[in-house]
Amino acid sequence: MEIGHKAAIAVKGLAKRFDDVAAVAGVDFEVRSGELFGFLGPNGAGKTTTINMLTGLARPDAGSIRIGGIDCSGNPRAAQHLVGVVPDESNLYPELTGFENLCFCAALYGLAKREREVRARGLLEDFSLTRAADRKFGGYSKGMKRKLTIAAGIIHRPDILFLDEPTTGIDVASARQLRQLVSDLHRKGTTIFLTTHYIEEAERLCDRIAFIVEGRIVRIETVADLIQPLQARQTLQLAFANPVDRIPAELGSRFPDFECSLTKKGCIRLISDGPIGVGPLVRLLEDSGYVVTEARRLQSSLEDVFMQITGLEAEVMRKEKGKGGKRK
Amino acid sequence: MKPWIAFWNILAKDMRTYYLKPPNISWGIIFPLAWTGMFFIKTGTGMENIATILPGVVAVSILFGTTSMLAVTVTFEKKNRSFERLLLAPIPLEMLMLAKTSGAIIMGSVNAFVPIAMALFLTDLSNVFWGAFIPAVLMIAVASTFLGLFIAVAVSEVFEAQTFSNFFRFPMIFLCGLFFPIERLPMLLKPLAYVFPLTYGVDVLHGAVNGRHVMPFALDLVILGGFCVGLFTLSLYNIRKRWIK
Repeated sequence: MEIGHKAAIAVKGLAKRFDDVAAVAGVDFEVRSGELFGFLGPNGAGKTTTINMLTGLARPDAGSIRIGGIDCSGNPRAAQHLVGVVPDESNLYPELTGFENLCFCAALYGLAKREREVRARGLLEDFSLTRAADRKFGGYSKGMKRKLTIAAGIIHRPDILFLDEPTTGIDVASARQLRQLVSDLHRKGTTIFLTTHYIEEAERLCDRIAFIVEGRIVRIETVADLIQPLQARQTLQLAFANPVDRIPAELGSRFPDFECSLTKKGCIRLISDGPIGVGPLVRLLEDSGYVVTEARRLQSSLEDVFMQITGLEAEVMRKEKGKGGKRK
Repeated sequence: MKPWIAFWNILAKDMRTYYLKPPNISWGIIFPLAWTGMFFIKTGTGMENIATILPGVVAVSILFGTTSMLAVTVTFEKKNRSFERLLLAPIPLEMLMLAKTSGAIIMGSVNAFVPIAMALFLTDLSNVFWGAFIPAVLMIAVASTFLGLFIAVAVSEVFEAQTFSNFFRFPMIFLCGLFFPIERLPMLLKPLAYVFPLTYGVDVLHGAVNGRHVMPFALDLVILGGFCVGLFTLSLYNIRKRWIK
């Protein structure tokens, strides 16, 4: 199932409306073969709708999609043999065991019985689920369900894997193991299209990232290129023991070159293109009656880029995800 | 890619996880008994009338055994998103839906033979024209299953599937000549009888068991076949329109 094209996924002018809402409004991008491509954006930005169109679960209103060189514009399901999909919610059969679920998913791709069983056993071992192989999927923990859902998505060894929120809602150890599995798949040459609400996860895993906001792609770059413009900037975060509501205005008038903002956790964040003298600044604030409990220089990260682009803090986005903010 | 592997495994999974469950099997046995008993109590007749009511009991067993099961299982899988997994598989939609419906067709056909097996011990069925009876049973099972599919695609909740099924099933019991001959229906209701596929299947069953039928067997079966093709095509259209939208 080798793809002989540079672009594993090529999308041009992709658009989709639901009634009056433009869920995806003319999106263009390419995912290179073997690339781990991150697709980030706030809730309702159009991520899942885009994935549904790419995987044949939704029909675009306009635009073209090529998956592995196959034009899917006329037939959204034309390239499904090349694709594996891991949805944001596990959609395996609760009444089947882990082993049966994997064998069934392999059968959907036409694999012979013996091959199905060998691959299922191998994946159960890779995902540390061998001991749960004969237990019904409905009785699995959330982390085990995610792992088995990913295993089901790759049992037919797809060239392109769509991973929608692979680590949402699972414990730290399982999330770490899943990230390692995703990295391993990427190393083996699988093209991966990843959506996640964890910015640090995208930063750690992805080769390139696209940001989608209100149905439009606003940036597509490598992680390094996204962060690079922010590297020269200095960011200082200050925590206080007393109320700080007036500080941004006070500092803004004294230091017009500083960007000063109040974080959701009640800290003050200062950003400057030049150096920030921590000692004099803290003394100045303490002379004004504020009790500074912590002053920390922050490394620029993808989270800063995300905030810059979307105006949302990553923490807010994660909480929104927890409440379930998907449109489709 | 061998699509028949997918076809067979979808069918085998559905048979194992839905149709061959003990409650379904016991339902398949109790249901015709209940209908037969109800008819005897209502009419005050006895064993000599078994052959008269057999076509109706067979038809109603198929109808109830297929429509509700298929409508409920497809709606259930759609609701818990496991149906998405099937839609993502690289098999033609027509083949996928035939695989999903085959279990119900088999169960409906098997259900039909429960009252026949019971009747064999109670009355003489040597005059039954099995050459027409068996194709009619199969065609009724296919048409009822595709009606169940049509219902499943039209609703989004499991309880809606049940209530919407009844919207079709109960009028069919009274209008399709199962227990009350169509010629005895009020003038205004008679044309309605010919709107339902079951009418044509039951006509063949009555003809095969008792020799009384309105239309030639071949015409009945062709019309029933037309309903099967129409319902399946309409269901596929709705799936493409509503589920791959």
